[in-house]
This record gives sequence, C-alpha cells and structure tokens, in this order.
Amino acid sequence: MVNKRKDLIKKIFAKVAIYFVLLLMYAPLIYITVFSFTKVKTTGVWNGFNLSNYTDLFNAKNKTAQAIWKAAGNTMLVAIVAGLISTVLGTFGAIGIHNIRNRHLKSSLNFVTQIPIVNAEIVTAVSLLVLFAFFKNTFGINKNFMTLVIGHVVLTLPYVVISVIPKLEQMDPSLYEAALDLGATRTQALWKVIIPEIVPGILTGFMLSVTLSLDDFVITEFTKPESGNFETISIYVDNQLSKSGIPQQMRAFTAILFAVILIVMVGMFVKTRIDNNRLKASSYKGD
Amino acid sequence: MEEAIGRKKRGFAFNFRASLCIPFGVFMALFVVLPLFIIVYYAFRDGDGGFTFQNWASLFADGENSKVNWGIIGMTFVIAASTTIICILIAYPIAYLLANKKYNKNKVLVYIFLLPMWINFVIRTIGLKELLNSLTSVLFDWDITSEHPYISIVIGMVYDYLPFAILPLYNQMLKLDKSQIEAAADLGANPAQVFMKAIVPQTIPGIVSAAMMTFMPTMSSYVIADKMSENSKFIIGSLIQGYFIKRTDDVSSNIGSVLSLVMLMIVGVSMLAQKAFDKKTEERKGNLW
Repeated sequence: MVNKRKDLIKKIFAKVAIYFVLLLMYAPLIYITVFSFTKVKTTGVWNGFNLSNYTDLFNAKNKTAQAIWKAAGNTMLVAIVAGLISTVLGTFGAIGIHNIRNRHLKSSLNFVTQIPIVNAEIVTAVSLLVLFAFFKNTFGINKNFMTLVIGHVVLTLPYVVISVIPKLEQMDPSLYEAALDLGATRTQALWKVIIPEIVPGILTGFMLSVTLSLDDFVITEFTKPESGNFETISIYVDNQLSKSGIPQQMRAFTAILFAVILIVMVGMFVKTRIDNNRLKASSYKGD
Repeated sequence: MEEAIGRKKRGFAFNFRASLCIPFGVFMALFVVLPLFIIVYYAFRDGDGGFTFQNWASLFADGENSKVNWGIIGMTFVIAASTTIICILIAYPIAYLLANKKYNKNKVLVYIFLLPMWINFVIRTIGLKELLNSLTSVLFDWDITSEHPYISIVIGMVYDYLPFAILPLYNQMLKLDKSQIEAAADLGANPAQVFMKAIVPQTIPGIVSAAMMTFMPTMSSYVIADKMSENSKFIIGSLIQGYFIKRTDDVSSNIGSVLSLVMLMIVGVSMLAQKAFDKKTEERKGNLW
C-alpha cells in the first residue's frame, strides 16, 4: 500500500518533470503561434484577434507571401534532392564499408564518415567554400544549385551510413551467400536480399537527412548559388531580420508548420496505441 | 577457405559488395578530405601564395586585434562549457525518466522532444529571443538581449542543443543493467549512493557523447550567438564567418583558414578524448524505425 502510493508520487513527479521540460522546448513555438493571430509588427503586444497574417500568407498577390512560399519550396527541394543523393550514396557506402575485409581501409573509411558529424559545421562550410573558390578559379564554375546540394549531401551523408550499418550488422551474413548458391546473380542478391533487410535503416537515414537539411543555415550560407537570389527559409529569415524585421506572415507560416507537427505527433500517439493493443491481442492469442 | 572456394566457383577475384562503396569513398575524398587539406594549405599562405606564419601572428600576437580575438576565444569556451553542463544537467534526469518504461510506455515521448527540429532553428531561435525579451522585461524589467547578452546566448544554445544531449543519454540509459542497480540497493546503498556508484558509472559513454554533441556545435554556431545577442557578441564561429563572408581584403580568407584550422584541432583533440573513453559509437546510431 505504502509502496503503491510512493510509486504514484514518483510517477507524478516524473511526468511533471518531463512535461515541464517539454513545455520549455515548445514555448517559443507556442509564443509565435499565439502572436500569429494578431496584427502587430513585433511580438509582445496583443492587438486584438486578427487572421490577416493567414489571409496574407495565402494571398497570391502578396509579395511577402510569395517570397515565403518560394523560400519554403527551395528548402524542400534542396532537402529532398540532397536527401535522395545521400540515401543512395550512403546506403551503398554502408554496404561497402560493412563488407570491406582490409581492416585499415575499413577503419579509415569509418573515420572519414565521422568527420562531418564531429566537425564544427562552420569548418565544413568554410572548407567547401574554399574548394568551390578553387573550382571557380580553375574551371570557371560559379557556385550554383549543385554546389548547395553537394554541401547538404556532405552534411547528411554520414548520418545515412551510421543509420544503415547497424541494420547490416543485425543481418544474417549467410543470407547473401545462400542467394548466390541458389543461383542469384550478385545484383539480384543485392536487391532482393540485402536491400529489403536494411530498409528501416535506409528510411531512418533519409528522414534524418531531410530533417538536418531543412534545419540548416551555415552550410547553405556558404554554398548557395551566387546569382539569382536563391533563398531557403533560414536564409530568407536571416536576410529579412537584418533588413526590416521578420514579416508577420512568417509567424502564420511557422504556426501552420507547428500545427502539422502536432498532427504528426498525435498520429504517432494513436498509431502506437493501436499497435500496442494489437500486440497485446496477438500475444493473448499466442498464449 | 570458404571464401577461396567461393571465388573459384564464381570466377571473380574482387569483393563485389565492398566495391559498392567506391562512389561514397570518392565523394568523401573530394568533398570532405580534400577541402580540409586546402584549409591547411591556405592557413600558411600569404596573399600572393608564398609560405608564411603571418596569418597566425596577426590573429594571435598582434596587439589590440589579438587581444580581442583571445577574448572571443576565451568567451566561446565559457559559453560552450556552460551550455554543455546545463544541457547535461537537464538531459540526464529526463533521459533517465524517458528510458524507464513506467513513465514512457512507448518511445513516443522521445520523438516529441525531437519534433521541434522540423521547424527551422533560425525561426525557433528568434521566437525564443522574442519570448525571452518580453518575459524578462515584464518580470525583471530587463532587456535581456542587450543587457545580459551572454546569459541570453547560453539560454539560446541550451534550447537548441538540448535534444542532442537527450538522445545519446537516452540510448545509454536503455542499456542500463537493472540488476546492478537493484543489487546495490539490496546490499544497503542509499539512493544517493546507488545513483553515484551504480547508475552514473554505467552511463559515462552517454555523458561523453552528449557532451561532444553539445560542446562542439556550441563553439561554432554563430547564428544563435548573433540572434540571441542582437549581433553584439561574437564566438569563434562568428569570427570565422566574418573573415570569409564579410571582409574582403586578400588575406582574410587565409586568416579565416587559420581559425578554421584551430577549430579543427579542437575537434581533433575532443575526438581523441572521446576515443580515450569507451569508443562505443552505438549512441549515435539513429534508430527511428
């Protein structure tokens, strides 16, 4: 009885601690969302409920809204292109590294994979800048969309590799050999045996890539195209901040993103609930 | 032996699966390793391409300028160290609770800590700054970003890097050997002793990894420092960015390279330090699904 009560107190205390820190983590987003419903230049003063930020954001003629959506589109484009390239390069890279027998080669590849993860992002960015400056001087190639994508691939590629390798380690090594013995070609064995086994790792790597790329500022600032005023969301926000302050429509945009995230979150809760119940049901049957 | 037979049977001498990493290796060599060598090269060249130590001297041993630079470097360490300590102090108990099935039945809570990362960190940081500004002006009559820029910077850094501290600690906590903790309690250790002697020693790799994940980026993330101090205070990252983006005389990129090289050495030293501890990379291996 006493123990039960002690457990309950412990549980309440733990929940309060977790949700308190969560609240702190979400506070800035909640704050932005609240002030997205009022028409003021800067946050902090409430000026009556107003949806004009939202109507402006979806007004095709609104210049600011156009700029925001364009930046959002660019951000997604870079994240997805870089994410796909990283996922392909990184998946095959991981399979390769996993199967290398030469210990020195293996450990040096592992070391190189760690570099962009551990290295300060500014150093990675600067090193790419000097490389691209070298390209410009010798081949006359200006920084363009591809250099930006390369920058983001450098940033995200290692995360794909470290997401895929554990799945390879969990895999039964004789499966591939068995497929070969049963007459599969090496390519068939690769696509029909290895790849399906490591799909969860590949998906994790892709999601991590996209997440990191969406969030990036530093690499983008140093590798973005020189001409055409190419802006991602972070570059756009930074530029606006130094010019005239962040436009109000940006708050509405952030609030919408936040809402999407909340929906995903609730979806995840519900899905795990259902999965758990199903698991319970099936385990009862198993008994 | 089996391998040899296999080779003979299929008639190929090269390792097909290993060869798959060639594109990856070429990419990494070209865009990760080579650029770092260019940085090292630049750090010892003058404007005309001759060998020199002048870049180092003008940064670290040249009167007023070097005093400012040393000040910034020192302050960067203070900011990074306080951020790391605060992050671990908050993340440690949270990770412990999250790893406990009683409080977090199905990993979902962990993802909820990571979800804000889907919103751009520049926006989040500015949101935090505006929130802090209005909170502190109401509560303490402070204008925190201009009156206490360093406090504001550390708050911003902790806010942005806390998830990176929680994740490795959480992964470490999942592997806690429960029987060891119970044994300690059964043998008469009080809760504080159990914590210090049975729990903490088991989680040291996680602590080291969390510290790396917060300390290193904190030193270089000039965006947070700029935004949280309204461009009034600089860290090493801001110095480097300034040399490459804002200044345009012909040695500024060489001086910037020197600073990048210094950062690189700090990274190298901390990597070695981490290796000295248990080199288990498992903490960082993402496992979303």
